[in-house]
Amino acid sequence: MPELTRAKEPFRFCTRLHLSELTGLRATTLGQLLALIKEVPGSCIYHHTHRFLQQHQFLSPEPPNDFAFWVTDILGEDELGERLVSIDTIQYSTIRDLREKIASTIESYLDDNPLAKLKFARLGEEFHFIKSISFILPTNYVAYDLKEFMEVLKKITIDSIYFHIFEARLRLEKPTNDFSFWIENSLEDKELASNLSSLDPYTSTLDDLRKKIIRIVERRIS
Amino acid sequence: MAEIEKYTSLVGQSIIDDLKLLGERLKGKIIQHINSTPVGGGVAEILNRMVPLLRELEVDTRWDVIKGGEQFFGVTKKFHNALHGRTEEITQRDLEIFMEASQQNIESVDTYGDIVFIHDPQPIAMVKKKAANKWLWRCHIDVSNPNVKVWGFLMDFIVQYDSAVFSAPAFSRKLPIRQFLIPPSIDPLSDKNKELPQETIDSVLRKYGIKKDKPIITQISRFDRLKDPVGVIEAYLQVKKYINCQLILAGGTAEDDPEGFKVLGEVKEKAKNDPDIHILLLPQNDIEVNALQRASDIIVQKSIKEGFGLTVAEALWKAKPVVASNVGGIPLQIKHKYSGLLCHSVQGASFAIKQLLSSPGYAKKLGENGREHIKNNFLITRHIRDYMLLFLSLYHPEDVVHLC
Repeated sequence: MPELTRAKEPFRFCTRLHLSELTGLRATTLGQLLALIKEVPGSCIYHHTHRFLQQHQFLSPEPPNDFAFWVTDILGEDELGERLVSIDTIQYSTIRDLREKIASTIESYLDDNPLAKLKFARLGEEFHFIKSISFILPTNYVAYDLKEFMEVLKKITIDSIYFHIFEARLRLEKPTNDFSFWIENSLEDKELASNLSSLDPYTSTLDDLRKKIIRIVERRIS
Repeated sequence: MAEIEKYTSLVGQSIIDDLKLLGERLKGKIIQHINSTPVGGGVAEILNRMVPLLRELEVDTRWDVIKGGEQFFGVTKKFHNALHGRTEEITQRDLEIFMEASQQNIESVDTYGDIVFIHDPQPIAMVKKKAANKWLWRCHIDVSNPNVKVWGFLMDFIVQYDSAVFSAPAFSRKLPIRQFLIPPSIDPLSDKNKELPQETIDSVLRKYGIKKDKPIITQISRFDRLKDPVGVIEAYLQVKKYINCQLILAGGTAEDDPEGFKVLGEVKEKAKNDPDIHILLLPQNDIEVNALQRASDIIVQKSIKEGFGLTVAEALWKAKPVVASNVGGIPLQIKHKYSGLLCHSVQGASFAIKQLLSSPGYAKKLGENGREHIKNNFLITRHIRDYMLLFLSLYHPEDVVHLC
C-alpha cells in the first residue's frame, strides 16, 4: 500500500438538510408552467430538479426532474417529457443556465406542437412550485488523508454526500464538487480528483453514488 | 437507553446525529405547542410522541391545550367540514361563539414560548396575543377547496403569523407570510406501529369474535362522514358478490368531534344485516388498532377529504397492501400501482380490492414497496428534523442557511 499523503488542509464534512417552502404558485397548462419557470426563484428550479435525488433513494432510475414527470404523467406529453428528462444537468454550472435550458426546451416544443398549449391538468393535478431551503451544518467528521476520507464516507449521511457533490457545485456555484476540489488542492492528486468529477451523479441513487466514490478512492490507496 | 436512541436500529445512527446537531442550535429557545385536545386524532397523537423526543434532544418543548365547550367545538367542527369543502351554514352567531371562546383562551393561556406553535383552526385566534416572540400556524387539514367564508374569516388571523405549515402542496395558496410543506409522520415504536407477537394479534381477533377463515378488509378511522365509512361498506358489498370476505370498520372518537356518534349510528344501520361486518369502537386502544391492521389482508382508506391520512402510512409501515382515495396527502404516500392502489369512487375501491385479493403476489409487492417509502419519508425522525429546521427558519429568512 503506497504511503498516504497528509492533506495541507483537512476535509471537513458538512451536511445539508432541507425544508420545502411553498409558494402558492401553480400551473395548469404548459404555457403557465413555462411562464412560471421563467420567473420563480432559483430555489424553486433547484428543488424541482434535485428533489428526487433525496426523496426516492430506493428507486432508480427516477425522472431527474419534476417538470418531466408532470408533462408526461399529467399532460400526456411524452415527447416533451423525454426531452426534459434528457437534459444533462451535470453540464450546467449555475441554476440560471439550467433554468434557461428547461425553458428553451419547453418553448421549442410548443413552437413545434402548438396544440400542446391546449392541454390542461385536472383539478388536483396542477404543478405546484416549491422552494428548497438548505441548512448547512458542519459535522464532527474530519479527514486528513484518503484512508480517513474513505472511512468517513462509509458512515456519513447521504445528505452530506449530497451536499458536497450536488449543492456545493450547482447551488453554491463552485467549479467542481467539494471532494474533487479538496483532493486536487490539498492532496495534489489531480488524477483522482478528475476521476471523481467525471462521475455523472444524476444517474445513481445516493447510496450507489457513495459506493462508487468509495470504490474509486479504495482503488487509489490499495 | 434514551428513547431517541431506540430509533437508531430503524433509521441509522447518522440520522440521529443530525437531530442532535439541530437540537444544539435551538438551545435556549422554548417551543410551545398549543392545540385543542390532549387525546384523540392525529395532532394529539403526534404531539404525545414528539414532545418527549424533542426534550431529549434538549429542545425545551412544552404543550398547552385550549378549553372550549360543546358549542365551541360544534362550531369548529363546522369550520373543519367547511374547510374541507362541505356545505355548511356558518352563521354570524357561530363566529361569535368562536370569538367568545377564543377570547377566554386568550385571557387564560399564557403564551410564554419563544416560538408559539398553534395547531389547526381551533386555537388560531390566540395569535392576537403575539408579542416579540415568533408564531407558527400548523394546518393539518385539507384546505385545497375551502369554504370561502370560513377561509376568509381565518385569513385575518393567518396573516398575523410568521409562517404557516401545510401537509401537501395542493393546500397552499398565495399568502403574505412564508409557508412550508411538512407532511406528518408515524412513530414506528409507538403502540400503534411497533412489532407485535402473533399471540397478541390472535387474542385481539378472539376478543372481537373475528375468525381468520376469510380475507379481512379493514378501514381504521374515526366515525366521520369525510372518511366515508358507508362508502367502504358499499365497496365491500360489491367485492363480497365475488369473493367471500369480511370487513372491519374500527375507530375511536375525539373530544373535539361531537358528530362521531351520529355517524357511528348510520354505519351500524347500513351494516345491520351482515354478520361479516365488524364495527368496533376502540377508544384510544392503540395495541388493538395495531393488531387489527396486522391481521388484515387489505387496508382501505376511502376518505372523501383527508388532511394527510396517517392510517395509510401506518398500514404501509406494516407492509400491507392499501386501497385509498386519491385525496389530500394520500397520493404523497401511495404511488399508484407501485406502493398501493388509488381510487376515486366506490366502484374503483371495490375493483382494486378484488384485484388485490385475487393477486396476492402483487399485493405483497405493493406492501413491501410501501414500507420502504414510509421508512424513507414519513417516520417521526424526519418530522422532528423538519420541525427543528422550521424553528430555525424563523431566524433565517435566506434560502441557503449556513449554520457553521
